[in-house]
Order: sequence, then C-alpha cells, then structure tokens
Amino acid sequence: MKINQYLDIFVEESKEHLQELNTSLLILEKDPANTSVLNEIFRVAHTLKGMAGIMGFNLMATLTHHMEDVLDGLRKGQVKVTTEVVDVLFQCLDALEDYVENIMQTNSEGEKEYKEITEFLEQISNIRKSTEVSGKPQISKAAGQKPNIDGEGFRLNYNIYDKNVMEKAFEESLNAFEIYIELDKRCLLKAARAFIIFQILETHSEIMKSFPVVEDIEDEKFDYYFTVMIISKESAEFFIKELNSVSEVRDVQVKQITEESIKGMVLSSDDDTNQSKENNIKHKANKTPKTDATEKKKISSKTVRVEIDRLDVLMNLVSELIIIKTRLDDITTDYRSKDYDQTVENLERVTTSMHDAVMKVRMVPIESVFNRFPRMVRDISKELNKEINLNMSGEDTELDRTVIDEIGDPLIHIIRNSADHGIETPEERISKGKEPTGNIWLRAFHDGNNVVIEVEDDGKGIDINRVRKKILDSGFESEESINGLSNEEIIQYLFEPSFSTSDKITDISGRGVGLDVVKTKIEALGGNVELISNYDRGSRTIVRIPLTLAIIQALLVMVGDEKYAIPLSSIFEIYNITPKDIQFVRNQEVTLLRDTVIPIIRLHNILDIEAEEDMENKQLTCVVVRKGDKLSGLIVDSLIGQQEIVIKSLGKLLAGVRFIAGATILGDGNVALILDINSIV
Amino acid sequence: MGTEKKQYVIFRIGNDEYGTDINKVTIIERLLTITRVPKTPPYIKGVINLRGDIIPVMELRTRLDIPEIEKDDDTRIIIIDVNKISYGIIVDSVSEVIEIDEAQIESPSGIINDISMDYVNGVAKCGTNLITILNVEKLISELVTI
Repeated sequence: MKINQYLDIFVEESKEHLQELNTSLLILEKDPANTSVLNEIFRVAHTLKGMAGIMGFNLMATLTHHMEDVLDGLRKGQVKVTTEVVDVLFQCLDALEDYVENIMQTNSEGEKEYKEITEFLEQISNIRKSTEVSGKPQISKAAGQKPNIDGEGFRLNYNIYDKNVMEKAFEESLNAFEIYIELDKRCLLKAARAFIIFQILETHSEIMKSFPVVEDIEDEKFDYYFTVMIISKESAEFFIKELNSVSEVRDVQVKQITEESIKGMVLSSDDDTNQSKENNIKHKANKTPKTDATEKKKISSKTVRVEIDRLDVLMNLVSELIIIKTRLDDITTDYRSKDYDQTVENLERVTTSMHDAVMKVRMVPIESVFNRFPRMVRDISKELNKEINLNMSGEDTELDRTVIDEIGDPLIHIIRNSADHGIETPEERISKGKEPTGNIWLRAFHDGNNVVIEVEDDGKGIDINRVRKKILDSGFESEESINGLSNEEIIQYLFEPSFSTSDKITDISGRGVGLDVVKTKIEALGGNVELISNYDRGSRTIVRIPLTLAIIQALLVMVGDEKYAIPLSSIFEIYNITPKDIQFVRNQEVTLLRDTVIPIIRLHNILDIEAEEDMENKQLTCVVVRKGDKLSGLIVDSLIGQQEIVIKSLGKLLAGVRFIAGATILGDGNVALILDINSIV
Repeated sequence: MGTEKKQYVIFRIGNDEYGTDINKVTIIERLLTITRVPKTPPYIKGVINLRGDIIPVMELRTRLDIPEIEKDDDTRIIIIDVNKISYGIIVDSVSEVIEIDEAQIESPSGIINDISMDYVNGVAKCGTNLITILNVEKLISELVTI
C-alpha cells in the first residue's frame, strides 16, 4: 500500500475536519451546555486522530489524543467550558493546521511538538482524572461488560445453533476454541488492530461468533478486549503464537472447547438464537469485515472527489464545442436546409445545457470561504478587547471554483479592516450612544450574472473631510478641483496605491491599508469594489464579481472594421442618438439618457481607430454600460448580435493591455477582442 | 572537435538571412488573419487563432527598424516558445533548417551596425552567406517586464 496515494485525500479531509472543529468550537464557546456540538467535536477529533494514526503522523495523532482527553473531560462535565479551555483548543486546531500544511508541502508533518499545548492539555485532563471517582468509564453498556474469566465457564453465550455447529466440527475432528484477546490500552486504532486479528483468524479458521459482535468491533464500540469462538484444524498453541505476533496485543487466552464441555452448556434463549443466526449468516455472506465496511461507505458517500485539473480539461472541451457550434451556425445559408437548422438548434440546446452542467460542477458554495471568518473575527475582537458580532448570510451562494480560490484574501482584508479600524471599543461606542457590541454583516447573493459580496459594519466610518484634506496635502488635486468632487469620488482615492501607504490616513479612517491590493485582485477577477461610508455610522464595501470566468454572453459590435465583444452582463441598454444629442460638460462629451446625464465614450478614440466625421443627421449607436451604479455610453458603428463567447486570455505577453479583458474566437475562426468595461468607464 | 552543433531555422527579411534555434520554434505557419490589439507597441501586429489558442504576433521588420512590405505567398509566421511564452514572428520567407557549429558564430560587435545589437546573439558564416542569429528572448523582453 502506497501511503502517498492517500496523502491528498488525507490533507483534504483533515482540512475539512479542522474547519468543522473550528465552527463547532465557536458554537460551543457561545453555548457551553450544547452537548450535541460537544459530541460532534469529540467525534471529529477522534476521526482525525485515527486518520493521522493510519498515515503514521504520530505528532499529529499524539496532539489529537491529548485534545480528545480534554474533550472527554468536557463531555463528562469534569472539565468546564472556560475561555481558557476553548483558547487552548483553538491553539490545538492551529497547530494541527500547521501540521497539515507541512504535510501538504513537504509530505511530512515536521518536527514541531507544540509542547506547551500538550502540557497544558495534560494539565487540564489531569484535573479531571483526579475528580474521576470510578476507574475507566465504560464505553458502551453492551461492549463494556467484561466477560467472566473463571477457568471452567464460557466467556460467550452459545445457542442451540452454535452447539450444533460445534458438534458437527467435532465429528469432522476439527477443534473449537474460545479466544480472548486484549489489546494494549495505548492502541490508537483498535478497530484496525482487530481487523488484522480477524484476518489472521479467518485465514486459519472459521469465526463462528464474537463478542462484541463484528459490527461493533469495526466501529470501535468495544473496550480493549474481545472474545471470539472459532473452528479450526490448527492447535491452540498455533493461535497463541500467531496472535501474539500482532503488535499492540497485550494478552491472548485460548481455551479449547471439548465435546465434554459443551454437554453441560447453558444455551441462551431462542430470540438470541435467531439474532445470532442472522449475524452468522450475514457474517458468512460478507466473509470479511472489510467488505462490510465498504458497503457501508458506499451508502454514505454520494459525492466524488475530482481533481480541478480534470474539470478544467472538461471545461476546455466544452469551450471548443461551443466554438464549433457557433461555426456551424455561421455557415452560409446556401448549404442549409431545414434539417440542418433543426440539428444545429438541437446541438445548441445540448451544448448550452452541457455548459451549464459543467459550470455547476465547478461551482462551490462560498461557505468554504466564509467559514474561516467567525474564527478570525473572534480572534481580532479578543486581541483588541472589542465586542464584535459577525452576521453572515448567503453562505450557500455558489461561485466558480477558480473565483473561490482567489476571493478569500481580499475578503479577509476587508473584514479585518472593519473589525480592526471600523468597529470602536465598547466604551467609545457607548459614549456615541451605540450598542457596546459592534456588528459586521457579511452577505453574499446573486445579482444577474454577478455575485455580490458585501461587508458592512456599524463602526466609525470614514471622515470624508480629513480624506479631502489629505488629498490636498498630497497634491493629488488642487483646491479648485477638489470642490467639484463628490464624496464617492473622494472615497475612490482610498483605493489608490500611492495614497494608501500613508500612515495618517490609517489613523483617521483605518481604511486605505492595502485597499489597492484588494482592488487589483478583484479587478483581476473581472469584478469591481465599491466603498460607501457614513461618518460615525459605518461603512459598506461591495464586491461584485462575475459568476463565471470562462464562457459568457456578449454583444458583438463593429468599431471601424474591427469586431469587439462587450459582456452582456455590463450592458444596461442600447439606443440611437444623433450628434445633436451630444453636449459638452467640462470638455467631456455627455448625453441625456431620459433624465440622467451620462458621459459618452467614443470607442474609436480609445481603441485608436479612425472614425468618419459625424454628419449632421448621422445615427450613432450608443451602448450604455454599467459599472456599479455608474452609467456610460459607448459609441460604436454597428451591432452584430448577441453570442455566447469563450473567454481566452491574451497570454502573458499582452496580459497588461489596457481596455482589453481577453479575446474570443468567432465562428469564422477569427479573433475578436473582449472590451474591459471596468477600465474603459 | 568538442564544439556543439545546433540546428537553426533560417528565414529571410529582405535580402538578409536570419536564424533561430530550432528548439525554440514550435511550428511555422502561413499567414493567418491577424486581429489588431490596441494600446500595444507598434511592432505587435496583433493576435492570431492558432488552433484554439490566442497567440500574439510580432512584425519582425518593424521590430528591427526595417520598413514593412506587402505580405505575399511566401510570408510566414514562425511560432516561438520561450519560457512558456508563445508568440509569432512575421518573416518574409522561411528557407531551410541547417546545422551550425557554435564555433562558426561570432559575436555581433563590429559586424552589423544597422540593427539593434540587443536582439542579436551573433553572426554565423556559412560559406559565403552571413546568418544573423536572433535572440528570441530579447525580442519580447520589454513586454514581459510590463
């Protein structure tokens, strides 16, 4: 068995378990009496310990083992859920995360032992041990009772069926044994050991009965010992030798059952007979406990883990298919018949559904990003002595996997800003007449082809006047021009890289630290960030990102003799204007869209394409695009139509080109560029 | 003895012969439709669709400060792949692949004056012909650092 092959799965699952532990622990901290959560934590920690043990990560296993001790104490009420205990448990999780991270990078868990944590854990669990009155608690009633060990009697209860089997065996001159096996108390994976033992026994004998029953042993529902009855042609000595060779076995007692001894056997009741018959039959049918276990697994797992690379391949193939479909669509009408049209239509339906299906497969609920925030906010509020409530909604909003991976860091930044600089201390809040506990709202929801993530806080917000002053002082704007700027435009300055590095701004607003980084990252994802703030009332950061990065609906337009694609999601409306409708406001061409004044952008100019002179009555096509709440009119020569396009990157060489978000391949095999509305507007 | 022989793709710009290491050439294509990309240096002609991949294409004449000429049947695009970046260069024609001994290549200084030395690795003498060996990494170095 190659361990490596399981490493990836181990890392993935460990991460999931740790996340689960984090979440549960937060709930427990708030609600110490919640036993179901506590049980859940215990269960997950136990699984984690088992997994680490199997993979041979001993440090990890030891740490979880100590952790489990404490958790067990909590479960029994011998240790109280105090902040101290929760803190150290959180530290454990961090340490475990470090191990996993190490394993992921270097395939080994490293050598760090986290002595302080284990010592502290031991301390806690020692307290509880001293309060423990009666020895080791019994794990479960059925499995816990120790069988009587006097020489004559039987450890197991036999029924008439078992007796018949034994008599048959004696007729065939086979031996029957009752074997008592005790495992080492330090054994971490009792079930695995038991499995090995059962395997040995099965190769040399037929297992007729076991106590606890096989299913319980597989589920680790037994203390440290179990008893089996087997029929075999081997001798008692043989089994003593074989079983003692298994590691972590403390004691093996083999007792031969003779014809004499079963004569006086007390048989158990009929009910039991039926049941154990069932057990026996079931066991025989399954032959080994292993198959039994896999069967159970099959039922429980309805998901398949797939490498993201494979999905990417699939996605690329679907993209190719869509390009070919578009090509078929473009074939000149000469060759087309009704049949052809129908077939292409069908093909289109299939490819569209296929695209949807593949996209869905790649979709991940944003929960996986949101999960880490409660913990983060908790840590920050502890550190800063603030009281912060994190309210999350829309965790089930789904996003493309590629976006999920990228969105985490910017969000951390924004939330940290809110918690660190936005929310005031309880005293400050009270003096302002606010509730002492600050609130941060984290919301995610769909909005058309976009996903919107909002981070809102009811903290101190941004002092616009001081930002204005700062802009003046830094010489970004003149006294005159700054008065013409709206508050929104002023706030935009906080996203400027050169602006945010200033310490002063950090002091007055708390914003600006790394906001440019946030902006760059979000824009790289094809999204945008907006910041709205009310001084002393709080601020709201709105992140808008496209649902998918690969295939979009777009409008193809002609500018000069070049074709460009505009993402449909950013188009607000299209209408015709004449040169008369265009006016100048401060050297900027504007037009009136119903009651709103919108700026006009001539694509010819920004794309360096020669344009004809505007004739007096020439009809101009104006494509109104939206960026956040801002509208702008793009002047194009003509519209070609709406089309599903596959976004391709321009490659490393041209990645930084202004105004262009990427390229797509048209039905005729030519390339059309996709306009980057965010940078044009 | 002891010197390494390498294969070079030989192509023409006007009357001059140029060469580039064959290991850096992915494929040689006939002229494809080129889509202009705005806001790029003048020597970037645009992008092409190379079997589903978008590849930028450079007008080598412009890059080497040689006036552009009309494209014809001989015009070729050589697709270069350096450090996982693919790009094409437009040349007047591609003639052959030849083996050149490292020892045949001389340092460019003093031999050529009319093109920027930066893009030249050296000049190889093959019989009576002089072949300018292009440095295909340098050709795009300005873009990569952007």
